Amino acid sequence: MKAVRSLVLVSNDPDSMALGAQEVYRRIQEEVKAFGLQDEVAVTLAADVGRHDVAPMVMVYPEAVVYGPVKPDDARTLVEEHLYKGRVAPGLMAPAREMTGRIAWLSARKGTLPAEQRIVLERAGIIDPDDIEDYIAHEGYAALGKALTEMKPVDVIEEITRAGLRGRGGAGFPTGAKLKMVDRERNPKKYVICNADESEPGTFKDRLILEGDPHSIIEAMALAAYAVGADEGFVYVRGEYALAQTRLKKAIAQAKEMGFLGQDIFGSGFNFDLHIHSGAGAYVCGEETALIESIEGKRGEPRPRPPYPTQVGLWGKPTLVNNVETLANLPPIIRNGAAWFKQFGTPNSAGTKVYTILGNVNMTGLIEVPMGITLREVISIYAKGMRDGRAFKLAQTGGSSGSIIPAVLQDTPMDFDSYAKAGVSLGSGALLICNEDTCVVDLAKVLMNFFKSESCGRCGPCRIGTGRAWQILDGISQGVGKLSDLNDLETLANGLNQFSNCGLGQTAAVPIRDMLRYFRAEVEAHIKLKVCPAGACAMSGKVRGA
Amino acid sequence: MSVKTTEVEGIEPNVVHPPRPALSEDEVRAAVQAAVARRGGATSDPVHMREELIPILSEVNQALGYLPPEAFVEVGKQLRLPVSQLFSVASFYQMLSTRPRGRHVVQFCESAPCHVVGGRQVWTALQEALKLGPGETSPDGKWTLQTTSCIGICAVGPVVVVDADIYGNVTPAQVTEILAKYQ
Repeated sequence: MKAVRSLVLVSNDPDSMALGAQEVYRRIQEEVKAFGLQDEVAVTLAADVGRHDVAPMVMVYPEAVVYGPVKPDDARTLVEEHLYKGRVAPGLMAPAREMTGRIAWLSARKGTLPAEQRIVLERAGIIDPDDIEDYIAHEGYAALGKALTEMKPVDVIEEITRAGLRGRGGAGFPTGAKLKMVDRERNPKKYVICNADESEPGTFKDRLILEGDPHSIIEAMALAAYAVGADEGFVYVRGEYALAQTRLKKAIAQAKEMGFLGQDIFGSGFNFDLHIHSGAGAYVCGEETALIESIEGKRGEPRPRPPYPTQVGLWGKPTLVNNVETLANLPPIIRNGAAWFKQFGTPNSAGTKVYTILGNVNMTGLIEVPMGITLREVISIYAKGMRDGRAFKLAQTGGSSGSIIPAVLQDTPMDFDSYAKAGVSLGSGALLICNEDTCVVDLAKVLMNFFKSESCGRCGPCRIGTGRAWQILDGISQGVGKLSDLNDLETLANGLNQFSNCGLGQTAAVPIRDMLRYFRAEVEAHIKLKVCPAGACAMSGKVRGA
Repeated sequence: MSVKTTEVEGIEPNVVHPPRPALSEDEVRAAVQAAVARRGGATSDPVHMREELIPILSEVNQALGYLPPEAFVEVGKQLRLPVSQLFSVASFYQMLSTRPRGRHVVQFCESAPCHVVGGRQVWTALQEALKLGPGETSPDGKWTLQTTSCIGICAVGPVVVVDADIYGNVTPAQVTEILAKYQ
């Protein structure tokens, strides 16, 4: 790293790119040259820090002033005022919003909102993701060093177990228990896999971790491999995430060169090799056995279970499969200890959760907060309320297979156990917040259309059930539904849940179940009165294809 | 719409295929061989070859725009795999195309997060502007219109992707403006 007076970071995630970040980056570089500052000022691209309201965003260090949204034509003012004259450029600063953790000291954000707590995203947007030295300077690879030189594999598993970390992919399975299951297999060859096939609609947390802090996943996978006795790993990144793949590729090459991957890491005799496998567009490959099939170069069709991948996984070997966000928790836990981790969140759901906030709210984006905050807090504090002052009607959590949560449940703490008790699912952390203009039938139809097209088609209950459910919902939304349709939907929902081979089919009917449980009157209005109360359905009286 | 779509669920729309791009067998073979070489070359290790299959098919798909039948034959020869298995794999994944597509592929995200913030209106505008239905390719071979599941850029929905360019916060009024950028 060259020493510079100022560091300028331009957000470079696809959201910002879509809003013209590349041009902003180019113009800032031009202006820096025009002012003759190229030897004192470094301009780099970085992932964003979840401020989608101000994308494209420009951050200037060491003052940590956040500008945004920055237009290409603002580049000259920004460079002239801040970097040349040394004062904050008037009118370009992003509105204040509190963040804690590593960026708590950001001067622009003191004391306005309750704390975010950043653990897995602690470095995203703060460091240059293409520079391993920047990562190391921020305590990077310290956890791996500690584990390899001071801890036995069983100690690592013990620490993770005591921390109470649970899988962040949706199911909330205890991570320590999964590590133990792979560890106790007596097989000389084992694999670790990072599931980065993030395709749950509305979820993009894993992408931000991979784009903003790729080395943290490399370090976490090496830790996990050391714990369970594996020597080879795969990161399965969905094909659509091109930038994440590029960043990760570069990071793996750097880590190999520095000796954090390869043979005899830290002189401990531990060997670990890591590959990237790109997906090619299939939602079902997020299911762990389908993902393994896909790495093996086959159609991504889920395997029957048991045996579970922890016993018979990739190429028949014991395999540990973990979600990106789960893995990103490992280095901080090893570095700071289980007790430190347990201070965040609730007793049974320790740590933080990354949520993506979407829909009819004033501010969409991403937050990392302790487990157990409520939907009401998310909407009023982080999302800055409903857009245009409309009323909150329902939230769809956790992507397509998550629940539809009515407004009356918005004070349920969002952690694994409280949600399970309320009969809803937390899922992947997507929070799609909808206002009163959203029709629940229309929403369920869109969700079912998703499953219909993403079902792999191997098992009948899922292939036929999702298609039939969509047809019924379509009929109801066109005003030709019958009351008996509701019974049929319930039967279908039960059938999907009980007879489908994998999680895709088993959870496909969750939105239907919730729709009938919480919004039955609205559905019946479509059928009995031929009226869509929200005014979203066409009610044309015609069925497509009829 | 240039072609009447059948709109019966489960039956593919009546797609007009553009004339197949003039790809000589040599070009296809060269593209396959280049992809195989980039992925570590053909080896006798069946495990390794199978792991490299999807990446190789993706690279060929990218180089040629789609996977012509000749490509399957050549990949099969190189990796010592039956063509039927290659086709079975290729037809499973959305990013691998076994049919020619237009010069520009327009993808519209039809998942719920884009839908609730005005996606439907954008989708209607796209279909009208291109005079195409879902999955159709224009007779001149310029456009292919597709729907896609969530691509993870939901904070700025509705999202439209043209080739590799992503457009966020799209309004129906912007659709013609976006399309005009492509020749």
